[in-house]
Amino acid sequence: MKYLDEYRDPVLALKLVAEIHRITTRPWTLMEVCGGQTHTIVKQGIDEALPQGVRMIHGPGCPVCVTPLEQVDKALAIAARPDVIFTSYGDMLRVPGSTTDLLALKARGADVRIVYSPLDALKIAHANPDRQVVFFAVGFETTAPANAMAVAEAARRGIDNFSVLVSHVLVPPAMVALLESPANQVQSFLAAGHVCAVMGWTEYEPIAAKYRVPIVVTGFEPLDLLEGILMAIRQLEEGRHEVENQYARAVRREGVPLAQKQILEVFEVGDRKWRGVGEIPDSGYRLRPKYARFDAETRFSVGDIHTAEHPACIAGAILTGEKTPLDCTAYGTLCSPQKPLGAPMVSSEGTCAAFFSAGRGIGSLRTLAPATPFVQVAPLIPAAGPADAGR
Amino acid sequence: MCLGIPGRVVEIRDDAGLPMGKVDFGGVRKDACLAYIPEVQLGDYVIIHVGFAISRVDEDEALKTLEIIASMGDLMNAELATMGPGMDAPAVVSDDGPPFDGVLDVPLTRASGSPA
Amino acid sequence: MTGRREPLAGTAPDPRTRGSVTIDANGIACPAPIPEDQRVILGHGSGGQLSAALMRDVIGPALAAAAPGGPLNDAAVVDVAGARLAFTTDTFVVSPLAFPGGDIGELAVNGTLNDLAMMGARPVALSLAYVIEEGLPFEELRAITESAARAAVRAGARIVTGDTKVVGRGAADRLFVNTAGIGLVPDGVAPAADRAAIGDAIILSGPIGLHGVAIMSVREGLEFEVEVASDTQALNGLVEAILEAEPGIHVLRDPTRGGLASALNEIASTSGVGMVLDEPTILIPGPVRAACEMLGLDPFHVANEGKLVAIVPAASAASVVAAMRATREGADAAIIGTVVADHPGMVTLRTIVGSERIVDMLVGEQLPRIC
Repeated sequence: MKYLDEYRDPVLALKLVAEIHRITTRPWTLMEVCGGQTHTIVKQGIDEALPQGVRMIHGPGCPVCVTPLEQVDKALAIAARPDVIFTSYGDMLRVPGSTTDLLALKARGADVRIVYSPLDALKIAHANPDRQVVFFAVGFETTAPANAMAVAEAARRGIDNFSVLVSHVLVPPAMVALLESPANQVQSFLAAGHVCAVMGWTEYEPIAAKYRVPIVVTGFEPLDLLEGILMAIRQLEEGRHEVENQYARAVRREGVPLAQKQILEVFEVGDRKWRGVGEIPDSGYRLRPKYARFDAETRFSVGDIHTAEHPACIAGAILTGEKTPLDCTAYGTLCSPQKPLGAPMVSSEGTCAAFFSAGRGIGSLRTLAPATPFVQVAPLIPAAGPADAGR
Repeated sequence: MCLGIPGRVVEIRDDAGLPMGKVDFGGVRKDACLAYIPEVQLGDYVIIHVGFAISRVDEDEALKTLEIIASMGDLMNAELATMGPGMDAPAVVSDDGPPFDGVLDVPLTRASGSPA
Repeated sequence: MTGRREPLAGTAPDPRTRGSVTIDANGIACPAPIPEDQRVILGHGSGGQLSAALMRDVIGPALAAAAPGGPLNDAAVVDVAGARLAFTTDTFVVSPLAFPGGDIGELAVNGTLNDLAMMGARPVALSLAYVIEEGLPFEELRAITESAARAAVRAGARIVTGDTKVVGRGAADRLFVNTAGIGLVPDGVAPAADRAAIGDAIILSGPIGLHGVAIMSVREGLEFEVEVASDTQALNGLVEAILEAEPGIHVLRDPTRGGLASALNEIASTSGVGMVLDEPTILIPGPVRAACEMLGLDPFHVANEGKLVAIVPAASAASVVAAMRATREGADAAIIGTVVADHPGMVTLRTIVGSERIVDMLVGEQLPRIC
């Protein structure tokens, strides 16, 4: 596939790995704030190929993961109504609420449907005028233009049986909250490439300057991530803290103005709770008063739902990078992809699920011969000496 | 929030006031909304996310990125530069254990051969 | 416990459990919902953890007196007057009834033929039973039945008995099809999921991901145009060719629900061995890759209906591949990996940066993702 395959070239990947090793002189801690990037890093073992001492922390980059428990419970309450067709992106269906999830609800007869695009949800509303169609508008800024268009179109075409349950989150406020935290260890960020494709990167410039952290707008293929990491480390080694753009083929500094305009036409910035992290001011979108009639929370009176999270779940500490799944007592035992406690185990990009599927730490739960390292990565460049440790 | 993939625009039309197009992803075709990239032409590549084009792919930049990487020192040169002390041991999951904060006790050489 | 993928309650999923193919136009079989009461839920039919639990906790114990061999599998070999008879049954509840490359009729026949073939059996006879929802057009019923007949004839099998029931509107999702089959297992042939041995070669008969993508492309909410048709086909001819080259074959498995990754993981787990795969040798057609990229799916988890994995002693690998390539169904057969002693129960793949990544089993249903 054009513009994908080229960025998976193994020879170029190894060049980047070698270059990263060549320029790294001391330990660094980096964070990517994007589920798709986490997915690639973990699946390709990119963090394992980095110099020892360079640590990748997986930030709260998965909108599915950070959707607050309350919003999921509101979704469940709405979806349970017989007059409602509840539509959602696929990954939200298995996110556990307090007692159940959308998929289980569907099994019990609720009309829950997966859609690929919010416009499909609108189509369903148009085709079912006697039913209420609710769309679970989840996502970062990348998805906001699409969700906004669905609402704008509903208004324009008078599709009044359509409404949205909004759970939008913004990346820059989350980064700032992390940087402000006394426990913060992150020295540099990879910014989410598609968030920046839409929004541009001007919002990150003051962050880089104030907190003195290099920020590199990065893509999603292995070469993109490796190059982004290289650029970040280069800045760290040289003592710079600028915003750079690795994903130049898709991202411009100003972003896509039309998309930003549509977002601001439909949404306004508001406070938002992040699952496991708590409330971050001005970190989410909510519908503007002009479009308030499309707000499913008021239409279905679910605004009063309040819920607590499972005590064993440390999703919050996982999402801030403070802890890893290996620090969680429930990991692999009470909590697994089959029976997730918190969202980082549900979504395949969630840190815990990514760890689980790559088998990390599960070795200690199994009866492996102690002499066998769980996953052995041969050093890229054979060590000098008689022992050939090369591939 | 990321799953956007590049595809080629093979059809552009107006769908009840909304600019729509058919995008080809190497053998799979799907409709997408082009409202945010009004300058798009047939044959252009765009990034599609949840049925919307959110960016145009700049061919020149795409090539430049690959060229820069390709021109990096090859593996032969890299072998001359010793890396950190951890390189002789099998790499472990970078999130294991506390962050490494020791001093590197092996001098590094940069590509030019001068010591770090 | 032999592996992390065993259900937490401790029963290994049976590698031959096919489960019913449940794909409905609006959604997917529930993977692992929180069980709320003592009732069967959709997830119990998805072929994974819940199905195993249903068998273990409800059906198995109730059947115990009549099923001394333990939990029922999808196919069984019974001794009949000195001959080894393979016996299998499966029910198909696919929606839509027709999809690019096939329909429920041929899917049902091929599915049962393949269950027999994976036991090494030569098909002898099939049954075909319908539960028809009132209102189904004759034309559709005719077309589906003709497909089933054609599929049987192509494979040299006969449909010798059947049944038809009609139920009221709403009592069946248009059409449910059950097929059962018997076959003869030659002497010396006993492929089984626990027979993979260290050093064995892992052979895949052709490109993966076609059936799952074809079905998804017509699923409501996801529709897309793709030049991909289901690969549904009977594999008994291919298996005969394999057995001629190596009657002592260790494992035969068709990677249906859960895809190649799930099938290999189950075998690795059951046999207590590890597997290492060579990614470039695994054929994934361009449109399958593109569809998976678009939806955020892993081709290794996508269902196949006309492919098989054969695990054979290294010494006979080359001749088995050659025998497979001489057939139409196995024209693209290739060795895709090796059975190893390392990391038992786990399947790995080398990544482009030189790391080894785990190829995991599908948990629950594949969900298209946005992130």
